[in-house]
Amino acid sequence: TSRCPVQSRMEFPSGYGSHLPSYSVPSGHYSQVPSKAAASHLDNQYRASYYPTYYSAPAQNVMTPSVGTNVLNTQESQQLYNKTPAHTVGSAEGPIQGAISSASYLHTSAQQSYSAFGNHYSTSVSSSVASQGFPLNSDHYTMPMVSSAMYPNVSYPPVAAGRVYGQAFTSQTLPAVGQFKETNTFSSQSTSVPHSLQQHVPVGYNTTLTTISSAQSIQDSLCRNLTGSVAKVNNQINRGGIDSSQPVHSVSQSVLFTKPGAGTSASSAVISSVRTPAPSLSSQARSSPSVTQSSELGLQEGTKREWEVTVQTSQLTLNYFPPPAIDSSSTTSSASPVLNNYDALEGGGYPETRSMTSSPVPAPSVPQTSKASKPFGYGYPTLQPGYQNAAPPAPVQPNNPGHHPGFQHYPQQYPGVNQLSSSLGGLSLQHSQQPESLRPVNLTQDRNILPVSSVPAPVPNLNSDLRKLNCSPDSFRCTLTNIPQTQALLNKAKLPLGLLLHPFRDLTQLPVITSSTIVRCRSCRTYINPFVSFIDQRRWKCNLCYRVNDVPEEFMYNPLTRSYGEPHKRPEVQNSTVEFIASSDYMLRPPQPAVYLFVLDVSHNAVEAGYLTIVCQSLLENLDKLPGDSRTRIGFITFDSTVQFYNLQEGLSQPQMLIVSDIDDIFLPTPDSLLVNLHESKELIKDLLNALPNMFTNTRETHSALGPALQAAFKLMSPTGGRISVFQTQLPSLGAGLLHSREDPNQRSSTKVVQHLGPATDFYKKLALDCSGQQTAVDLFLLSSQYSDLASLACMSKYSAGCIYYYPSFHRSHNPAQAEKLQKDLKRYLTRKIGFEAVMRIRCTKGLSIHTFHGNFFVRSTDLLSLANVNPDAGFAVQMSIEESLTDTSLVCFQTALLYTSSKGERRIRVHTLCLPVVSSLADVYAGADVQAVVCLLANMAVDRSVSSSLSDARDALVNAVVDSLAAYMSTASNLQQSMLIAPNSLKLFPLYILALLKQKAFRTGTSTRLDDRVYAMCQMKSQPLVHLMKMIHPNLYRIDKLIDESTIHVNDRVVPQPPLQKLSAEKLTREGAFLMDCGSIFFFLNNALSSERTRSFISWLRDSRPLSPVLQVIKDENPAKTDFFQHLIEDRTEAAFSYYEFLLNIQQQICK
Amino acid sequence: MGTWSVLRVFFNIIAFDELKTDYKNPIDQCNTLNPTVEKVKKIKRVKIALKLVLPEYLIHAFFCVMFLCAAEWLTLGLNMPLLAYHIWRYMSRPVMSGPGLYDPTTIMNADILAYCQKEGWCKLAFYLLSFFYYLYG
Repeated sequence: TSRCPVQSRMEFPSGYGSHLPSYSVPSGHYSQVPSKAAASHLDNQYRASYYPTYYSAPAQNVMTPSVGTNVLNTQESQQLYNKTPAHTVGSAEGPIQGAISSASYLHTSAQQSYSAFGNHYSTSVSSSVASQGFPLNSDHYTMPMVSSAMYPNVSYPPVAAGRVYGQAFTSQTLPAVGQFKETNTFSSQSTSVPHSLQQHVPVGYNTTLTTISSAQSIQDSLCRNLTGSVAKVNNQINRGGIDSSQPVHSVSQSVLFTKPGAGTSASSAVISSVRTPAPSLSSQARSSPSVTQSSELGLQEGTKREWEVTVQTSQLTLNYFPPPAIDSSSTTSSASPVLNNYDALEGGGYPETRSMTSSPVPAPSVPQTSKASKPFGYGYPTLQPGYQNAAPPAPVQPNNPGHHPGFQHYPQQYPGVNQLSSSLGGLSLQHSQQPESLRPVNLTQDRNILPVSSVPAPVPNLNSDLRKLNCSPDSFRCTLTNIPQTQALLNKAKLPLGLLLHPFRDLTQLPVITSSTIVRCRSCRTYINPFVSFIDQRRWKCNLCYRVNDVPEEFMYNPLTRSYGEPHKRPEVQNSTVEFIASSDYMLRPPQPAVYLFVLDVSHNAVEAGYLTIVCQSLLENLDKLPGDSRTRIGFITFDSTVQFYNLQEGLSQPQMLIVSDIDDIFLPTPDSLLVNLHESKELIKDLLNALPNMFTNTRETHSALGPALQAAFKLMSPTGGRISVFQTQLPSLGAGLLHSREDPNQRSSTKVVQHLGPATDFYKKLALDCSGQQTAVDLFLLSSQYSDLASLACMSKYSAGCIYYYPSFHRSHNPAQAEKLQKDLKRYLTRKIGFEAVMRIRCTKGLSIHTFHGNFFVRSTDLLSLANVNPDAGFAVQMSIEESLTDTSLVCFQTALLYTSSKGERRIRVHTLCLPVVSSLADVYAGADVQAVVCLLANMAVDRSVSSSLSDARDALVNAVVDSLAAYMSTASNLQQSMLIAPNSLKLFPLYILALLKQKAFRTGTSTRLDDRVYAMCQMKSQPLVHLMKMIHPNLYRIDKLIDESTIHVNDRVVPQPPLQKLSAEKLTREGAFLMDCGSIFFFLNNALSSERTRSFISWLRDSRPLSPVLQVIKDENPAKTDFFQHLIEDRTEAAFSYYEFLLNIQQQICK
Repeated sequence: MGTWSVLRVFFNIIAFDELKTDYKNPIDQCNTLNPTVEKVKKIKRVKIALKLVLPEYLIHAFFCVMFLCAAEWLTLGLNMPLLAYHIWRYMSRPVMSGPGLYDPTTIMNADILAYCQKEGWCKLAFYLLSFFYYLYG
């Protein structure tokens, strides 16, 4: 075929070209190590090379379009109407080859339709392009530069800042009419309140737009075929302000995208000539409403901001914050614990909380502020936790301001502190914990082992102050809350050591710290945390590597108490989960905008299933709730046997489809107008989403070219990074990455070998690694009725840190349950928070090391995960090993640091720190076992095992894990009778959970299980956080017809009854009772009894407690849900698997062997 | 062959060691000065070292054929186990479209890393011994 490859499409002006290589080196490579050299390097890039390469490059493309674009221009004209295969068009286009100068081409093409205006046309091209080059970018530039420059700047005096801003925005001469929109970098700082007045003004955008449209009317309205450059300009408008006198032409394409049925096969020339007068009107009409609309938005924005400011100021007064004026003159840093504001700042999360954009009601501010002030009202322990161990024997001294009592005796005690605290720790262990968690439970006799309500996470055996400071078990859990001292001891216990992480989960309270220096250990780069010890006022000792570090001057000032010399009262040292706003040291390129690309299957199969309607509908509903800022971009690609792109450039009157049929060597037709600014092209996007479900209704195309579509998506995303959401409904059958059916339906219920759990090709893995390198994650929605080789397809999400959703036998009308699930999943998926270009590092105390990671990511180093995207529903598991004995320490700590770019373009670091005691006896190890974490980690390990070895191996390993650990426990407790099956209280649920795992779709044998179902269950085990995974493994069964008042809790003045958990056994089910099974994302109802008030309040409480509202399914006679329901009754015997009691006997037998 | 193989394996060991000890380097002056460049260099080094696997296998196989032609039965016998191991290793490699042995997504797994390192050391010993054996034997 004849077209220029993308790379050769342009000559960069010299200024750009020289910077280009410098950008390409660090792309996709983030280091958490801040360094001056890197920073300056970055600044250079930032200033000069990044945006020019990205934003002006497309403009260049307009200047010298490759033949590819030419082909497309005609292609679309013919293809849309005639549906002729594209290759014929390509060959017809043959004469136009090589580098044709854009002017000449445009002349010719223009002359076809508007022959008289050819001359005018070319001049306008050059002018718009030239104006687009430098001034816009440089304009845009100053703004982020200011923000990064502001951080190292120690203080924020209003005057100085004003000057800085003044300079930065001189080009933007538009008056700020009260609608100031803060750049996010500042919005979280309480001190930034006075500054925000000088900030980026959306009004500028509106005004320019009006001038544009007026200029447009004066200017020749027929210069229309110019697609790319103009909307590019508009793109830039809201970024940085623009010289409004510049002539800008709105464009409406001569060939329009037509809704099916509307376009006949009339020749395109006719259509365009007919439409010639129309576009000027339509584009006028279109642009003016958009102006009013956005100014309205701006107003709302303004009120919202104002409102937030009130919240912040009230917070200031409540929280002893220095008033801004004082602060700016005296402080060196500002740490503002922004709590509920966090969501507003951060975007995403629960969109409901952000709804103030549309309804600026001041009322909510009252509860919010009171809530926000709450943590400060709490008595933080007056002593720094590090001292608490040693504190009891020490005399308590009066609290001198500026000097903490602990410091005085600490240095002397320092060498002995560890032993002291360990002896204290040991002491408390014997007194408090042993009786309960080590109480022997005879499993074969004790039948009621399930706790009344949900299984609580064991609390680490620390002293009360450390316990209070420790990380929440929801985000950070360890399988052994008492860490064995040596690997030998760990081996003896036969329990896996590992961490279960849910690092990015939605938090209601999160201290956000803005500080010019983030205090970290100089040697291991650990972030300062509540478990470090302050040797004296000026030095702190790292709790991970034990290096003694200096306390920076700035850290001495505590903005919370407005006092100097109390570093241990800083929020970083008082909270084990904190979030830092990172400075430019933590970025290798400016924070990327939120970019979303949707890749949709539109083959016959997909149209038949009818998922497009749901997807488009959810997107339309949630378009405004997509996390992002003014830079958010969005794009769409559809594919069957060809790949279709959608030009949504602002200024078009209708979206425009571009078909590329050369799937062996995919290229982007118009690289600059496929991913468009969400706010500027909103109307077009809505048009497209409305039209899309009906566009392909009569398609006969059964093939699916998923691989090429993904390659195109990767090309489209690689300059920025972002999120690709792929919707696929069948086995990819064309082009790169095509797959063949590997499932033998007769083997579904085989008890022997389950094959094909691994990928068939490494195409998707390679693609994922490429994507991951370009900070792009691929999320897969597989909605298939037949086998579609999820094992291979899942690789695209696994290694690019995406997520996988699977809807077996999806059909919009035939399978309403799945349709509802898709709808709910999509709602959550589209609106939940998202972090871009993330890396996560896990550090642990010297002596421990990371063995293996589980989850969706790419491991870049022994302790570093590269996550192109991170979402609040992603969980991770880490296997640990003990490399050196931990005899010289009594506490170990784990720290995860997640560095990410928020959807608002802020670089943030979320740090969780977990502290656990070290024990030396086997009994203590058992006492601290966290059975849920153990089971989840084992599930992860079993998935790996079944892929690398075989399913039966994995099953054996699971059984052996119970057998070995119980045998090891029974051998330690010598006084127990060997004939009984005894487990410590902490592990009494272990056999039950393992049995549940063995009956999971992922690991079961003998029961008919489709390969895709199995693989999906495995994917879920690897990527779900513990809470969700436990619901999946062992659902909660409640009896909901006779709810009593005895065990109730009060939530928001509502009485919520708490029915006890029932055993997952049919013996508990009765005909007259009503039951609810909570499987996480699905609620099953048996004998529905929603009539009672209590029942309803209980169910709504259950639903509120999770991010994703579950699908409710009522079990009726003989519907497929019934089988699902009964498969979850894991304590019962099935034809292929043991009942719980039989399983216990089996274990006992193996132990005695 | 000896020198080549020894060099190859040596590179390999260094590569795995670098992978493993990546983060353990305490405050590395040059690391803090220029983390990106250093890191990129390291990744390149590791990649090159890992790419040398196939040549190593081919050279080893070639030498085995040479021994066969020269009717050096004892030497051939000594090399046969390694040849068999190489064949087995290559057959059981992860699914890959190109040549190669190591999967970037699993190489950081501690078990696999430890295995590869151990393999490297054993081979180094073997190649060194055979180097002197060929030289003086």
